[in-house]
Amino acid sequence: MNLWLLLTVNSITLGGLLFLLSAGFSLIFGLMRIPNLTHGSFFMLGAYFGASLGMWFGVEFWLAAIIAAVLVAALGGVMERFVLRRLAGQEQAQVLVTLGISFMIADLCLMEWSGDPITVEAPPALEGATHVGALIFPTYRLAIILLALAIAVALWALIDGTTLGAKIRAGVDDPQMARICGIRVSRLFTIVFCLGAGLAGFAGMIGSPILSIYPGLDTDMLPLALVVVILGGTGSLIGSLLGSFVVGFLYNFGQALLPELAYFVLFLPMVIILVWRPQGLFGRRAP
Amino acid sequence: MKRIAIGIAILLLAAVPLWVGGSFYVNIVSQVLIAAIFALGLDILVGYGGLISLGHAGLFGVAAYTVAVMLGAGFGHVAAIVAAIALTLAATAVFGVLALRTTGIGFIMITLALGQLLWGLAYRWIDLTHGDNGLSGNSRPAPFGISLDPTNHFYYATLIVFLLVIAAVALLTGSPFGASLRGTRDQPRRMAALGFDVWKIRFLACLFSGFCSGIAGILFFYYNEFISPHALALSASAEVLLMVIAGGSATLLGPIAGATLVVVMKSVMSAYIERWNFTLGAIFVLIVLFMPEGLVPGSRRLSRWLWATLKALRGGTATPAESQR
Repeated sequence: MNLWLLLTVNSITLGGLLFLLSAGFSLIFGLMRIPNLTHGSFFMLGAYFGASLGMWFGVEFWLAAIIAAVLVAALGGVMERFVLRRLAGQEQAQVLVTLGISFMIADLCLMEWSGDPITVEAPPALEGATHVGALIFPTYRLAIILLALAIAVALWALIDGTTLGAKIRAGVDDPQMARICGIRVSRLFTIVFCLGAGLAGFAGMIGSPILSIYPGLDTDMLPLALVVVILGGTGSLIGSLLGSFVVGFLYNFGQALLPELAYFVLFLPMVIILVWRPQGLFGRRAP
Repeated sequence: MKRIAIGIAILLLAAVPLWVGGSFYVNIVSQVLIAAIFALGLDILVGYGGLISLGHAGLFGVAAYTVAVMLGAGFGHVAAIVAAIALTLAATAVFGVLALRTTGIGFIMITLALGQLLWGLAYRWIDLTHGDNGLSGNSRPAPFGISLDPTNHFYYATLIVFLLVIAAVALLTGSPFGASLRGTRDQPRRMAALGFDVWKIRFLACLFSGFCSGIAGILFFYYNEFISPHALALSASAEVLLMVIAGGSATLLGPIAGATLVVVMKSVMSAYIERWNFTLGAIFVLIVLFMPEGLVPGSRRLSRWLWATLKALRGGTATPAESQR
């Protein structure tokens, strides 16, 4: 398998994971105007939860991923209901509290799971490689790509095709008007926050066979999610999807071709986009 | 009253090597002062200008790395320091031009991106920065022939710089410029309508905060005689921002209180409390929930409330609710 193809597959895989992580971040940001700097911690926590379920109770991989997602979603719900709810509209307080909570989560994880990286085996059915014509692909990476795309379609259907989705869109566009129309925006906040946290946790678990789990995974992933959201624009699913794949490619190709300037290659497009279109490629200008 | 308090504070600071006992603690006070310079500069932007930056550790790093690289190339201290300040100001100007296209969350994002960009350079431009290994220096400057190698000498040099910076911040925030900066924070459109150049005021505030970050970066490098990419990481930018917000933004004492809290937690409490990072995070959350305006204004409110309650208990007329205003 040649280098270019490998890099491409890796880029798309990372893009898929980043989409799961950043879709929630973007929705939370778009709807609630909260820069949720705990999102990287949700990712890491999902990975640790899932891996522990497997190690301690022998829970099967996919089930563990789903339970981890539910646990992280519940945690996100508690955080939204009891802390962030009281800080609506106070940017400084939101930054302080989300960073504070991410410090706490990072330290608790270090205490519980120590500093040694944990590697998670991919589910046995998906190990090895798949032949597509003359080309060979790692099966698990293909599975992640398909899964991310499936979730993207499901999210799109949810946002675009259901009443709940219509309410969320209304809340993103004009929360006050949505409230006047009788939509309970505060309940939407909780739903979206749980959904975003759960997706991040799920992404953490299914990403663990590729990335492995280690202290600092949270601060590694958070800036990537931010880049995605900035490139794609907040509150836009299609923006998140496109942004994720752009970042996936920039990251992998940057690392391989220009290792000295890898982060420069990653963050420079973001700066250019921000200067040219501060609301992101698909974002709408803040009211 | 206020002058006496300032005088006592300066005397206490000047006498630190006499009463804290041991160079370990003198060094910690030096670290607090360096962090406070950094935080005071950021407060101009965050507190008075209402522009939250998550990239100032990058500017701090530009200054520190410039000194390190210049010294490594064989230049003298004066040349290194001048170059560091010039480069930091240039980098801050680029920050300002790019980031000031937006305010609010957009400003946070752009500064974060720029900070990460600088961190990426420090981390990966190995020819210049030695990557993760960092750069070390081997000498401190000797102004007027006094070597800064001894702990106490370095402390006094830091103290003098700190007093100059705090005086500059006090003058700046009390000046008409400070008032117009607060104006751009609270009512940018009215300020523009009154004929103020909002962009220019914000840009100058940005430059000043970058200048302070540069000074802090230079002192940081001379203090440690070492700089690595960790000093530029997102967590470092977050830390200094937390100092400002936790202490109380838009106050003179707030950033100093925040810097003391964070540095003391990091270097002293970590010896006693194993989970100091957790404790620090918990403190931030508690501050937001119970003292959302920050430690300094929060304790002022609390003490005023206590006074009033005491007075009311003694049969005075003032009720707590009235005297809070």
